[in-house]
Amino acid sequence: MSRLQKWFWGLALVPPLSVFAVWGIWDNAKLFFITLLNGLTLASLYFIVASGFTLVFGLMRNVNLAHGSLYLLGGYVGYIVAEKTGLFVLALAAGFLVAALVGLLMQVAIFRFMQGEDLRQTMVTIGLSIVIADLLLWGIGAQVHQMSAPGWLAGPLRDIPLITAYSKYRMALLPLGIIIGVLLWLFLNRTRVGMMIRAGVDDRGMLAATGVNVNLVFAATFAIGAGLAGFGGVIGAVELSMVPGEDVRLLLASLIVVIVGGMGSVVGAALGAVILGVAETYGLAYAPTYSVVFTFVILVMVLAFRPRGILGQAA
Amino acid sequence: MSAAEWRNAMNAGSGRLAMGKVLVLPPQEKTESWTRKNPIRARHVLVLGFLLAFPMYATPFLTYQIGAQSLALGLIALSLTFLGGYGGMVSLAQMTVAGVAGYMLAVFGASGEAALSLGWSWWIAVPIAIVIATLVGTAIGWLSVRTEGIYTIMITLAVGVAFYYLCLQNYSVLNGFQGFQRVYAPTVLGINLREPVPFYFLVLACALGGYFLAKYILRAPFGIAMQGIRDNPRRMNALGFHVMAHRVAAYAVAGLIAAVGGVLFTWYNGLVTPGSVGTSWLINILVIAVLGGMRHPIGPFIGAIVFVLLQTFAIDLIDRERFNLVIGGVFLAIVLFSPDGLLGLWAALKSRFPSGSKFLTPRGGIR
Repeated sequence: MSRLQKWFWGLALVPPLSVFAVWGIWDNAKLFFITLLNGLTLASLYFIVASGFTLVFGLMRNVNLAHGSLYLLGGYVGYIVAEKTGLFVLALAAGFLVAALVGLLMQVAIFRFMQGEDLRQTMVTIGLSIVIADLLLWGIGAQVHQMSAPGWLAGPLRDIPLITAYSKYRMALLPLGIIIGVLLWLFLNRTRVGMMIRAGVDDRGMLAATGVNVNLVFAATFAIGAGLAGFGGVIGAVELSMVPGEDVRLLLASLIVVIVGGMGSVVGAALGAVILGVAETYGLAYAPTYSVVFTFVILVMVLAFRPRGILGQAA
Repeated sequence: MSAAEWRNAMNAGSGRLAMGKVLVLPPQEKTESWTRKNPIRARHVLVLGFLLAFPMYATPFLTYQIGAQSLALGLIALSLTFLGGYGGMVSLAQMTVAGVAGYMLAVFGASGEAALSLGWSWWIAVPIAIVIATLVGTAIGWLSVRTEGIYTIMITLAVGVAFYYLCLQNYSVLNGFQGFQRVYAPTVLGINLREPVPFYFLVLACALGGYFLAKYILRAPFGIAMQGIRDNPRRMNALGFHVMAHRVAAYAVAGLIAAVGGVLFTWYNGLVTPGSVGTSWLINILVIAVLGGMRHPIGPFIGAIVFVLLQTFAIDLIDRERFNLVIGGVFLAIVLFSPDGLLGLWAALKSRFPSGSKFLTPRGGIR
């Protein structure tokens, strides 16, 4: 981005947003900051789910449109495990593992045989998402499931300046998202497998030529990506709720996050998640009937001026 | 398409070439007449005769539920085949375009919601609905042609789902969750188009119109250029074609087809709700197009017939609630084992028993 463009965007975005912020704080400071926190915690969930999506996409050019279904699957599994054992951490682990296992199965049983056929792989994930969604509806039913937060995170956090109280669980999501982001960054940048994944993103053929078993790397990445969706599902089962249709919502969120942030980039996913989460909650708080329009305007603006996303690079 | 045909087509379109002056074109063979390239075969007469005679011996239920519904759905799916099979752009937002047409029809025309509908007569409301929906389709195209392949799927899906949420959340214009009920076909020249048989013939006329429009455009220089862009955009760009403009124009044509289909489908249902533009319907249109095969404009209609038959009858065999499982499974099987859909299966059968005729010309489709 040239310097002129930076100035242009700075002038186009900063004054209106700061005017809105000043007006919002002056009008109702409590609402403003609670909305900000809600937005950031929602962004944390979006980031966890979308980072898996972007990881798989970046390495395999596989747009996994069944990602939302894996999210819902993880959520249900977490719900059942938490109900049986009462341990939230165990539920998180179970959600991650089951979704990762299903993802691994998908990669090993199906996608391995259609390497390089992007469009066909995407079609298959659409078919899978229909089937998984219907199986879940069959097995679990259409009623709303809401998981309660674990005991040590239940209830509100009191005596915060300005907003007086805020849900402990939602507050905890903020550091959780950051921790997962940092871990993912460390994994991708500081470990051997991460190095292979990054090399695969840049040049699949060359990675194979250096003697790395690419199929194994692919399978591992797919498992981690799917697992992150399941992990997000367990978190979302408490923060939002689980009902058929949530899969589509999170799929849409993941899509927009990676389109806005740039596909295949974990940092881009974080940026996109913050933009989407904050825009969505402010939209819902200040202009309820048109909140989705904000999301859409952001999408259009990014596509019109940065077709590969804010941090995206040429594929 | 064979190399010779391709050259012919390129030469026919050479008026568009910016470097036409530099290129010295070889003397062209005379283009064959349309009827010689496209002889009317027995199967064409048979299909047309069957379609025309269908309401005579079928019950009103079959005429309306099966005949009219599959033709209307086929028309919407045709717009996707046109884009996906021949333009290489798989757009999931075609049902959104159809839904916009339906919503505009309800907003400008008459519906059960007298407070929100303007109640204009059909001959104003229908053209307005079609024009607006075509413009929306073009705008979606303008947005998504910046991307390619799988990116297009992602962006059109995002646009489609965003429109669904807009319909769900907006009560001031689009009536939110309720949508618009009782959006009925009008009575024209004393013929009540709500009756099964007149409605069937209306849909049949539109479907035939859409089919032949698609066939005509695909043989016109524009259509050939579009297929060239599908196969190799960079080369077409180097030849002086404006790739983006061709793609947006393709979206506009597809938008028109989808808009007409959307008006018909709304009349068929008698209502338009957020559910009619929800994800399941966005994907159903893709399922129909892929099921039939994206290599020929007849594919979406075949796919629609199979889809509607499955929807109507197959669920009697298993649990009524499990339709999605059946259709998802069938879709998966088709994508996994016959990427060119039922037409691909037919072609595979034909190549086993060669008879000399060439059925499928274009390459491409879903790969």
